[in-house]
Amino acid sequence: MLKDITLGQFFPMDSVVHKMDARYKIIITLIFLVMLFWGQHLTSLIAGFLFVMLATICSKIPPKMLVKSIKPIVPILAVTGFLNLFMLKGGKTYFAWKFIEITEQGVQTSIFMVVRICLLIAGTSLLTYTTSPIVLTDAIESLLSPLKKLKMPVHELAMMMTIALRFIPTLIEETDKIMAAQKARGADMESGSLMQRVRALVPILIPLFVSAFRRAEELALAMECRCYHGGEGRTRLRTLRSGMRDYIALGITLLLFTAVIVLNIMLH
Amino acid sequence: MPILEAKNLTYTYSIGSPFEKTAIDHIDLQIEQGEFVGIIGHTGSGKSTLMQMMNGLLKPTEGTVLLNGQDIWRKGCDRRAVRFEVGLVFQYPEYQLFEETVYKDIAFGPKNMGLDEKEIDRRVRETAEAVGIAAELFEKPPYALSGGQKRRVAIAGVMAMEPKVLILDEPTAGLDPQGRTKILMQLAAYQKRTGCTVMLVSHSMEDVAKYVSKLLVLSQAKIVCFDTPANVFAQGDSLEEMGLALPQITRVFHNLRARGIDFDDEVYTVKYGAELLLKKLAERGGGSC
Repeated sequence: MLKDITLGQFFPMDSVVHKMDARYKIIITLIFLVMLFWGQHLTSLIAGFLFVMLATICSKIPPKMLVKSIKPIVPILAVTGFLNLFMLKGGKTYFAWKFIEITEQGVQTSIFMVVRICLLIAGTSLLTYTTSPIVLTDAIESLLSPLKKLKMPVHELAMMMTIALRFIPTLIEETDKIMAAQKARGADMESGSLMQRVRALVPILIPLFVSAFRRAEELALAMECRCYHGGEGRTRLRTLRSGMRDYIALGITLLLFTAVIVLNIMLH
Repeated sequence: MPILEAKNLTYTYSIGSPFEKTAIDHIDLQIEQGEFVGIIGHTGSGKSTLMQMMNGLLKPTEGTVLLNGQDIWRKGCDRRAVRFEVGLVFQYPEYQLFEETVYKDIAFGPKNMGLDEKEIDRRVRETAEAVGIAAELFEKPPYALSGGQKRRVAIAGVMAMEPKVLILDEPTAGLDPQGRTKILMQLAAYQKRTGCTVMLVSHSMEDVAKYVSKLLVLSQAKIVCFDTPANVFAQGDSLEEMGLALPQITRVFHNLRARGIDFDDEVYTVKYGAELLLKKLAERGGGSC
């Protein structure tokens, strides 16, 4: 069933990381990304691994979930690994057959790239696992607010994102319901030629669109009834508040980052 | 042999995630041919899940559903054929209308069954009449109809498959009292005429009590009781503890009994209540009180 797709992937739990200010979480994730790609050296990988491990422990997210987040990109990992393995040449040659050649540098780089991408996905997944989508868009709005001076409609963009995210589960549920209702009337969606299958979508798509438009209209009305007039002077129910734990987390991340930079310069 | 039977039926949503929830918990149930069963239960008691298992839309986590004594999840069983035999009308069925005309929409089910034009035409006309949709509306787009009309067209769409068991999930939700009575009366008449089995899900006892021959009460994924309305309402207090309100008239009579005026029968229609009251008054000597 469609319901089993975990969108937004928020994994509610009671942990330090969940309680952190989402703005800091975004900034820390960005620093983490820069750190991963900064060093061409093993140090950045070790630091990245330490970071992911620490964050996972603090967030109480089962490591199984991180493995699950990596699963969809396994094909990409495989391609990257193989390309690097065969394309890069340098150092000792381990294996040679006709034009195929596996060298020391190729092996090193391919392992390096694969581990780096795994860490990248695991780290960013931690952000979405520990932050609800709504809070995340709030934080993005807050971080982007300086752009308002440049006449960027930051609030409107964030509101659109929030509404879209809010209605994804609703629409999925609705699709499930309509599909079940049409199946109960004998609609056949699992067999037949491509054309037949496309045609079988009509009884689902039409009611879905109709209900989406109805919902949009109702929502617009409801918002207007509550005097929504855009972002000007709007206050929030849940304000983003930073505290000690955010500073500490940022401190640790910056420490790791500096260590990577320093080691990088020293080892060169 | 019961026409529809559930054995040890269980359904659990999102197994293995933090949202895991058992909606139906090891239920045994037997529905006989020609019964009019009302199913009541609080929101989240598992009514809708149970209904969707009955026609093979949901696969039970455990247990079996037997239609005419045969497991509907056995190998090689055509589940589409099961759905033609066990018709299911969802909540707010008007949201499933999609064809250009009312006629075509009612014909969608029969067409999927592969019937010929003539038979489809007969069924569309018959069921439309059964739900009070006039032939003038046939060529109108469904979206031009009123809420109550749309609802009845959607119900006709399932009825037109002429299922042996017709299951309706809250067919009266969101309608005004007049529309509610209309649909329920049409359903009762349809059931009487065709002799099919009807299962009616509702959370309002008031609605169903008048029409059904048996009541199934669900609470927290289990069957609390499955009996005639009179026997079910006799346990008034425990029902109210589950948050299910008894029909108003039944409550009146329960209160009368609590004050020492005894009646020997459960009352759940106003008509029957009035009859009993008049009889009691006559016994006391012609209204001297």
